[in-house]
This record gives sequence, structure tokens and C-alpha cells, in this order.
Amino acid sequence: MKSGSNLEKVLEAGHFAFTGELGPPRGTSADHVREKAAYLKGNVDAVNITDNQTAVVRMASWAASLILIQEGLEPNFQMVCRDRNRLAMQSDILGAYAHGIHNMLCLSGDHQKFGDHPNSKGVFDIDSMQLISMVKRMRDEGKFLGGAEIEEPPKIFIGAAANPFAEPFEWRVHRLAKKIEAGVDFIQTQCIYNMEKFREWIRQANDMGLTEKVYILAGVTPMKSVGMARYMKAKVPGMDVPDEVIKRLQGAGKGKVAEEGIKFACEQIEEFKEMKGVAGVHLMAIEWEHRVPEIAERAKVLPRPEVD
Amino acid sequence: MIVAKRKPFEEIKNLLKDYKKVLNVGCGTCVAVCLVGGEKEVDVLNAELDMARKLEDNPIELGACTVERQCDREYLAELDDKVKDYDAVLSMACGVGVQFLAERFPDIPVFPAVDTSGLAVNQAVGWYEERCRSCSSCVLGLTGGICPVTMCAKGLYNGPCGGTNNGSCEVDIDQPCAWYMIYERLQRQGRLDVIKQLHQAVEWQNQVPRTLIQPGYKKPEE
Ligand code: SF4
Ligand code: SF4
Repeated sequence: MKSGSNLEKVLEAGHFAFTGELGPPRGTSADHVREKAAYLKGNVDAVNITDNQTAVVRMASWAASLILIQEGLEPNFQMVCRDRNRLAMQSDILGAYAHGIHNMLCLSGDHQKFGDHPNSKGVFDIDSMQLISMVKRMRDEGKFLGGAEIEEPPKIFIGAAANPFAEPFEWRVHRLAKKIEAGVDFIQTQCIYNMEKFREWIRQANDMGLTEKVYILAGVTPMKSVGMARYMKAKVPGMDVPDEVIKRLQGAGKGKVAEEGIKFACEQIEEFKEMKGVAGVHLMAIEWEHRVPEIAERAKVLPRPEVD
Repeated sequence: MIVAKRKPFEEIKNLLKDYKKVLNVGCGTCVAVCLVGGEKEVDVLNAELDMARKLEDNPIELGACTVERQCDREYLAELDDKVKDYDAVLSMACGVGVQFLAERFPDIPVFPAVDTSGLAVNQAVGWYEERCRSCSSCVLGLTGGICPVTMCAKGLYNGPCGGTNNGSCEVDIDQPCAWYMIYERLQRQGRLDVIKQLHQAVEWQNQVPRTLIQPGYKKPEE
């Protein structure tokens, strides 16, 4: 075991993993975090806690992660390269681990231009690839990036994101290979709507033997409305929403679009369970946490395994 | 070359509001080529300032002088006699030139008239694009001659990020994704292997003021 986190144990034991996501509040309410966490408890193996998602200031990811631990859930501490240099990152990792955080997701982060402080200085001292490599070094070699020894190194299960859809498509699988070389243990993909392209990407990853070296969790976000689908297609960088998906939602008729969105998500999850190279699903039901129990139930991923 | 753009007129006027005699010094090199701080621009700015101050009933006496290069000591000597007659200097050079003037004339205030914006190429008349952030450890040999430090909005060394959008950068549809271009160029040259390697964390060289002495000019060790 690299970290002994619940997520690692579930994956190691060969179970189909199911992870969730929680966005911390734009304020100090711990209750807000607890309320959202209650919907996820028992329904997922770990919960991603976003880090100033879309470059908007929120409660620190590590802090909300601690609230999750108090509530008996396992956090997946997200860290972006936009807001901290290598000193701050490493000290946060030490502190987070000291408080019982065992999973991390290493990301470049959305550009500050998208957020609520568009003219802030983006740090990007290191990039997501270098962050993965730094955490691995801290864990496996017990050394800081600068080379000094760490007393009691942090044992972190290292995650990263992958976008199977962005152009150049041929490069995507090589980028995955690069993250594996850097030291990633698990991958959570961008939300998948274009199943055909995803199947092709995972086939390439299988052919290159990459899926034997890393656990891939397929990203699923149920569409709540036609407007959301259109917005994601047009406005969210790196998102691939085929027209058929939008048509399918439109076809559902008034008042039934969200239901159709959940149905589509459940069908996807069924397919991922059977897909070679996919080790689980990462459900990003942002601001829809209260629907997670129902989705988990209908996707037949309950009860979640308990692994010692 | 170094490119710059003129500061908003109100800002310049405000910087000079307490001075009656100001020498406006242009620079004949980069900022003249990028049409912001050469002889012509000095005259235009002086005319505007003259007019504005007259309207405010607070006339200003303006001198004009454009030197070959404000970043080179040998061209500053000609200013020594002139500056004495003024109570402030306005420089239309890049930030380097402004500082070199301020250093040479420490007894009077030297104000900038332009905002220096970078090292750029000339794409067409009046159109400049930044290409280098002078990082002191050039990676162009690994990136197909395209600078990720400058051209990638996140300065990534292992791009592209997940936001790359059919060749555009996530921050702006009109801004090409540097890493998309790097990929295409290296693919064309059959050199994609270069970016399949992990580029390790950068040892930043530009976090303290840098001094450069070319090898042939170093003092021999005692
Ligand atoms: S890598 Fe970019 S910023 Fe650095 S020296 Fe080369 S061109 Fe300039
Ligand atoms: S889209 Fe391309 S240029 Fe823009 S931040 Fe990402 S990698 Fe850099």
C-alpha cells in the first residue's frame, strides 16, 4: 500500500470505485460542508474537495477536507498550481497529511481570469505534472523538491485529471503516459458525454498498457437541464458535449430533463462497469449533492465495499 | 525589441502637475521602432501637454530631446548640460531607460511616460506580439521554437492543459494555445519524443536582479 487510504484499498481489492465531489462554501459555514457531506456519506469511497474551483475564492480545500474527516468521510484533497508556490504546496501537504488526509488530486487549475480576482498574479511555479512528481518524491524518497529529507514523509495516494477529448486527440494518451511516468496512482477524467471518443481513448490506453499502471475513474456529471448542456458545450473549456446528448435531453420534454440526465448518467455508469481499463466512476454532481444517494442507488453501486 | 505603450494622458499629466519646466526625453531605439517613444512621439506628447496645461491656466515649459539609446551611458552625456535647466524629466523610453536616466540625475525626479510591456516581434505596422519573458533558461530547443513561458497563459512546461480548445487557449478563443502549436510543430519535425519526457520543476533564474558579464569581458581572477 502506498497510502492506505480507503480509495486505494477499494481499488487495490479490485472493486469498482465510486467517488464524489464537494465544493466548499464561499464563506465560513462548516455546517454547509456537513450538510453536503451527509448526502455523500456511505454512498461514495472518497470525496474530492475542490480548490478554489473556477478561480473563485472559497474555503480552503484542506480545511473543508478536515470537516469531512470529522464527519467520517474520506476526502480527496485537490490542489491547483495557480495559487501556491512549491514552498506553500509542500507545507500544505505536510499539514494535510498530519491531519489524516491521504488522497490528493494534482491539477494545474483554471486560469485566474475566469474567477472573482481576474487580475491576480497566477503562480504556476510548478505545473500539475511537476506537482505529481513532487508528491511522489515526498512519499517514496522522503525528500522535499529541494532535496532535504522529510521526517515521517506523507503517504499520499496521488491523483490527477485527464481530459480524453481536447485536441490534439492523438496526444491525449501520451499525456496520460506522462502523468504515469511522473508518478500518478489514479486518474479522474473530465466529464464524459462523448462516449465514442472516450471508448477510443481507453482503447489506446489499454493498448499501450497504461491501464495496468494507473486506475482510471471515468468522470460523470448528470445534466440537469438543456441550458446546462448548451452552456457546457459552448463555454466550458475542454468539454465535449455531442449534439445527440442535447437532442436527447430536449426530447425528454418539460419537467423531465433532469430525470433523463440521470438516466443517461446511469447508463454510462453501467457501461463503465464493463469497460476494460476503467476502474471506477467519479461522480461530479456539483450543487446536486442531495441527488447523489438516488443516483448511486440507481447506478447499482451500493453498498460501498468496506476493505480492511 | 522591447515594446511599450503610452500611459494614459491623464496619468502623465498628473505625474507632472507640480512641475513648470520639464524635459521630455525620447529614445531612438526600441520604443521609436514600436512607435511610442521616439522623436515624433515626444513632439506629439509635448503638444498635448502644452495645450492641456494652458487650458488649466497652469502653463508648462517643455523641452524635447531624443537620444540614440537611453540604456547606454555614452548617449546620455549629451543630456548633462540640458537637464540642469529643468525641474523634472519625463522619459519616453522603456523602464530600463527611465531608470538609467533617474540614476544619472538623482537630484531631480524622472517620470515614465510609457508602460513597458515586453519583448515582442513586429507582426504588422503598429502590431506587436510578446515572445519572451527573459527567463534566463531558454527552453525553445525543446519546444519547437515556441516559448511556453510567454505564450502559454499558465506558463506550463508540460502542456497542454485540459482547457485547450481546438487550438485556442482556454483564456481567450483568439489566443492560440501555445502547447497546441508546440505539438504541431514538433510533430511536423518528427520530434514529439522531446515532449513525451517529463520536464522537471524549473530552477527559476529570474527571482533576483540579474547581472550579465559576457565571458570575454570578465576581469581575470586575481
Ligand atoms: S524560454 Fe521563453 S522566456 Fe525563457 S528565454 Fe526562452 S523565449 Fe525567453
Ligand atoms: S490552453 Fe494551452 S496556452 Fe492556454 S493555458 Fe492551457 S496549455 Fe497553456
